[in-house]
Amino acid sequence: MEHELLNIATKNFTVTQPIPTSSPILNYESEKKKSFQFRQFFIKVVSVATPLLLLGFWEILSNLKIIDVRFFPAPSAIFSKLWDLFQSGEIWDHLWASIGRTVYGYIWGVVPGVIIGIVMGISPIVRAAIQPLIDATFPIPKIAIFPLFLIIFGIGDGSKIAIIAVAVFYIVLINTVSGVANIPSIYIDVGQNYRSSRWLFFRDIALPGALPFIFAGLKLAMGIALIVLVSAEFVGARSGLGYLVWSSWSVLLVEDMYAGLLIIAVLGLLSTYALNYIERVVIPWKR
Amino acid sequence: MSRNEQVFDSVTAEKPTSIKSAGWKIKVENLSKSFFSRNVHVSAIENANLEIGDGEFYCLVGPSGCGKTTLLRIISGLEKKTEGQLHIRTQATNQNGEEKVKNRPLNSMVFQEQSVFPWMNVRDNISFGLKAQGYPRAIRHKIAEKYIEKLGLRGFGKALPYQLSGGMKQRVSVARAFATDPDILLMDEPFGALDEQTKMLLQEELLKIWEETRKTVIFVTHSIDEAIILADKIVVMSARPGRILKIIPVNFPRPRRIEAMRADPHFGEIFSEVWGLLRSEVIKAQKK
Repeated sequence: MEHELLNIATKNFTVTQPIPTSSPILNYESEKKKSFQFRQFFIKVVSVATPLLLLGFWEILSNLKIIDVRFFPAPSAIFSKLWDLFQSGEIWDHLWASIGRTVYGYIWGVVPGVIIGIVMGISPIVRAAIQPLIDATFPIPKIAIFPLFLIIFGIGDGSKIAIIAVAVFYIVLINTVSGVANIPSIYIDVGQNYRSSRWLFFRDIALPGALPFIFAGLKLAMGIALIVLVSAEFVGARSGLGYLVWSSWSVLLVEDMYAGLLIIAVLGLLSTYALNYIERVVIPWKR
Repeated sequence: MSRNEQVFDSVTAEKPTSIKSAGWKIKVENLSKSFFSRNVHVSAIENANLEIGDGEFYCLVGPSGCGKTTLLRIISGLEKKTEGQLHIRTQATNQNGEEKVKNRPLNSMVFQEQSVFPWMNVRDNISFGLKAQGYPRAIRHKIAEKYIEKLGLRGFGKALPYQLSGGMKQRVSVARAFATDPDILLMDEPFGALDEQTKMLLQEELLKIWEETRKTVIFVTHSIDEAIILADKIVVMSARPGRILKIIPVNFPRPRRIEAMRADPHFGEIFSEVWGLLRSEVIKAQKK
């Protein structure tokens, strides 16, 4: 009886099939990979297709005169206007004026925002001195004090740069302060244990430790910078994309206005991509 | 030899393993620590007395929340004591009678969690303490390279911590502490979060480096095994408020071999003695 069972057992073991070289498990893995890649591709397609579909819909509506083309011209008309503006070279002056103001304003806002933010994060005394001022002045719409900027910095680029800088400064500062506050205390202990100087603590612990929050602030501030730029150019400029939009509207050149809006949107998109790229390079450990 | 290189050499110099200078290095007298949380007075440490000799390896064991980490942080200067005395004797000269480099930290701490800076590569992490002391870059890198080698991190000098395993990160943390050549090394459950096998490897390596350098070490752990393997003396602490119940000497010769120690019946004897003291304390701590 026992022998019988033993025989069956050994038999069953010996008849095991050799594992085929192309294992089904491997195939399954590669299938999974393929479907993952397809999914990624599909997601990209969707994010491009949605705006295109909307534009198509808009085009149809205006061609069928369902919407008033005096105010909502067909996208094809806007794009051809845009082409003309680039061809005639008219747009370049506006574009460069706006980009210059944004870049200078952004830098003048970001640098002091980060530095003061970190100092506030490190030093309770500095925080106590500055925080109430920040809290009180932050909710004031920056465009509301633009007349003051015009008086102080003149009607040239200075006033536009200054108002962008101020708007950017607040966002970056507030994010940097919370960035420092959110540095895990263990890193602060390490700095203390090795008796690092204030400067080393600032540069090697507080600044890099706050970077994830700082970048969140930088991205937010970029959007704010464009919003403030356009509003400032609406009311107090003789060049720039905001001026283009507003002046076109006041003479009912609606297609020019839309072309200006489109360029602003593209600027916003490109600056977001650029910041995302910089973030990946600067904070590779954040995933 | 330039002054800056002394650190470098005093670490690597082979020393006879039996040397143990007389006298205490750290003296804790009637030390207590209490704090207030939501207006409730909590006593964390009560009347601790310890006298740790120069070059001795002490392990603190006790139930979780018993104040062993707090005691370590008080010794490191990261926290303040409430009552009692803490003395730490500094050396003006090293073993060769030469004047030691000034501005050296008294102690370096190896922390419980992952304390390696994620934004610095391995080499910069290891040389952070040296940077804090103002060493020029070339010397920092030279010293860091030595410890990269020593702790089996070769080829990872430029890697960022997120590319490393937990064990590798703790190696970096240990290297960072040794790199500054501190008088005292304070280790707060440095291997607590690692898997058993990685932990054993790191214990071996710590023993090896320590036996070369013979620093005064206080090592906090919740593992009795770990304490026996590493320590000259095991300090058993009670449940909160932490009191020192007993100091148990571990008389295994050095250099130690972990496998041989585990096989020795003496290992089991020490284990039962420590567990005998701890068991009721752990139960007490859990009921709180």
